[in-house]
Amino acid sequence: MRKYLSKRILSSLLAITGLFVMVFFLARLTGDPGHLYLPIDAPVEVRKEFSEKHGFNDPIYIQFGRFLEDLSEGDLGYSLRKERPAIDIVLEAIPVTLSLAAVAMTFALLGAILIGSLAAYKPNGLFDRISRVVSLTAASAPDFWIAITAILIFSVSLGWLPTSGVGGLPYWIMPIGILVIRPLGLLVQVVRGSMITALSSDFVKTARAKGVKEKKVIFKHALRNGLLPVITVAGDQAAAIANGAVIVETIFGWPGIGKLMIDSIMQRDFAVVQASILVTAIVILSINIIIDIAYAILDPRIRHK
Amino acid sequence: MSNNVNSLLKVSNLAVSFDTVEGSINAVQGIDFELNKGQTLAIIGESGSGKSVTASVIMGILTCPPGRIKSGEIFLNKQDILKLSETDKRELMGNKIAIIFQDTLSHLNPVFTVGAQIAECFEVHKNFTKKESWDKAIKLLDRVKISNPHKRAKDYPHQFSGGQRQRVMIAMALALEPDIIIADEPTTALDVTIQAKILELLAELRDERNMGLILITHDLGIAAEVADKVIVLKNGKIVEKGSLKDVFIKPKHTYTKELMNSIPGKFYQRHKRNDNIETNPILEIKNISKSYDTIACNNVNFKLFRDEIVGIVGESGSGKTTISNLILRLIEPSSGSILYHGRNIFDFDKKELFNFRRKVQIVFQDPYASLNPTMNVFDIISEPWIIHSDFLDKNLHQARISELLTSVGLQPSDSKKYPHEFSGGQRQRIAIARALALNPEIIICDEAVSALDVSIQAQIIKLLKDLRNEFSLSYIFIAHDLPVVKDLADRVIVMKSGEILEEGNVVEVFNNPINSYTIDLLKSSPSIEKLLSN
Repeated sequence: MRKYLSKRILSSLLAITGLFVMVFFLARLTGDPGHLYLPIDAPVEVRKEFSEKHGFNDPIYIQFGRFLEDLSEGDLGYSLRKERPAIDIVLEAIPVTLSLAAVAMTFALLGAILIGSLAAYKPNGLFDRISRVVSLTAASAPDFWIAITAILIFSVSLGWLPTSGVGGLPYWIMPIGILVIRPLGLLVQVVRGSMITALSSDFVKTARAKGVKEKKVIFKHALRNGLLPVITVAGDQAAAIANGAVIVETIFGWPGIGKLMIDSIMQRDFAVVQASILVTAIVILSINIIIDIAYAILDPRIRHK
Repeated sequence: MSNNVNSLLKVSNLAVSFDTVEGSINAVQGIDFELNKGQTLAIIGESGSGKSVTASVIMGILTCPPGRIKSGEIFLNKQDILKLSETDKRELMGNKIAIIFQDTLSHLNPVFTVGAQIAECFEVHKNFTKKESWDKAIKLLDRVKISNPHKRAKDYPHQFSGGQRQRVMIAMALALEPDIIIADEPTTALDVTIQAKILELLAELRDERNMGLILITHDLGIAAEVADKVIVLKNGKIVEKGSLKDVFIKPKHTYTKELMNSIPGKFYQRHKRNDNIETNPILEIKNISKSYDTIACNNVNFKLFRDEIVGIVGESGSGKTTISNLILRLIEPSSGSILYHGRNIFDFDKKELFNFRRKVQIVFQDPYASLNPTMNVFDIISEPWIIHSDFLDKNLHQARISELLTSVGLQPSDSKKYPHEFSGGQRQRIAIARALALNPEIIICDEAVSALDVSIQAQIIKLLKDLRNEFSLSYIFIAHDLPVVKDLADRVIVMKSGEILEEGNVVEVFNNPINSYTIDLLKSSPSIEKLLSN
């Protein structure tokens, strides 16, 4: 188990290192990074001063060394628009997105496990057929459209929920609801498929022959085996939300990482974009490690490899 | 209900069908039998005979639909279990009647410890606490002779060997001291020496608790060793039933007689090999060793002559398949050489190896897994000719395939069909036709008949013999089943832990084994000879 984990963490560290290198060269791909960091209308003198101050005229390896040195001190540059260190801005935004992702994925997973398992219990039964149509629709519905429609119905017409903003429970309902829909639809299909396989496995027969109650057969014997592929897809979905629930954050005005990234790109705030990329990458790799751990917990055969 | 006080289970007029797209298939067609205390009833039949379906119905685990119980009564404890509610039936399952399955790796839940899986029986039926159940589970593991049960209870199924897993399965079935245990092919996947121990354990437990045992098997040898009463099933009908001796010694029904004749190892039909034609071996295995983390084979030597069949017998892990992989040069040896007509195959360059590959072919064990389901028979057999494009002109492919199919006992028209349209035995014939396609000198049969029913097995063995005579082939016949080797091979090699323990003429080795392991193997191998000689 320890060996398995350290291997996973090591490969993640390698991936992060690769990413650092890429981000560094990305900024220099277009030539003078000053063009990226500075506003378009910056005068020539300012540009010159900026380049000299940040050493953009130095040879590339010296610049790279400096980049790494800054990085090790947590210095990811300075936001020109907000006049604060970029990393501080990003670290403020990421918890917002992560809490959205965590809550949404919890609901999606629990819902999918329940609906998918029940659908798998009697494949092609009435419940299965209904859930298949609904989940397919959910998985393929465009979220911006649902978001706008939901605002029209629940905020504008009925006036039940606030249109946007951050606050108590009412403010969470629509963003979470919309973030849940697609992963839920997808996961229901994955759970259904893997539970059909698990329920037709031989060990389920053994459990039934022991006299185990059906509820336990499904939610204990079959589910733990059926969860493995589900975890993989759930991880992907969680990573996708963490990567920026751009549309939901923008529409509902949540100051998350997705919105921050879009805003920084629009405002050409390069240091913030760069910091966002790095932090999100670390978050996504962490999610992957968590998935690996979940895998090992669920399946002893992986643990003992 | 019978008045027999010893009666545990009475099945009458049981009929089961499966509803499929092509209509209803009658899997079990009105069978009757009775089981008494302390008795072992063997249900014998080949695949599709309805024996496992019968077990599933008794255990209440038949999947309905597609299964449908059309008629019948199953009396257990004076009540017809087919009329019980799901809840009442669950009370009995695992408690009064328990089942031991064949493929233990898939029948034990991979994500729970074996201790937890055994303990679950007590939690389900007895409302024991977790601790009490766990302690009971450990005691049971000890009873089925798993050493160090306190520690092993915390292990998962994949950490046990096949034989140990079967013991775990038996412990689970025994947990609540049921009146009846159904053992559905309990030893099919196991090595003979382990099989003998498991059968012994089952018989011991049956006597200890005066249980009734239903043994479902396709292996007549096993039935002959353990059963008191026998029923022979064919296509869902009982064709013969009676005491073990009556059925085995004086079979009445033609099908039973046919089965008895199919049992391998009963008679010798020695092939007269002309030793004078060639004195040089085709293949000479010299001091070959191969180790991975452990030693897979160690200093193995033997020769294969033209027109000869060498049988390699041994249990799992004995190195049989390593030898086959080395001969095919799928793996490189750690040391030693294999001479093909005097030249070391491991020195062959690319072109020589390519030509050598034509001359050595293989037939695998599982005819369901070894044929690509998306290719039709024509594509399967002609594929070697596409790889070896100089071998046969494209215009001649169809004609040659027709010839090959005819020689393995199939129809030329079968070439357009896909593997799923054939039975297991027919698929193995296709695999043999494919192996013959390049006119090989040597065919390696790696457990090529062990997945087949006895009557089919007998047919394939006959086919292999006929083909040998027709094409002067040499076989290396790898098997764990000794009687089959006895029927087919000229010479036999006994392997254990990667080494050859005994080698010699097949008649001599079987009649007068020298090595103690060979003696043990022969003794463990279930056979009906003991029964017949009594």
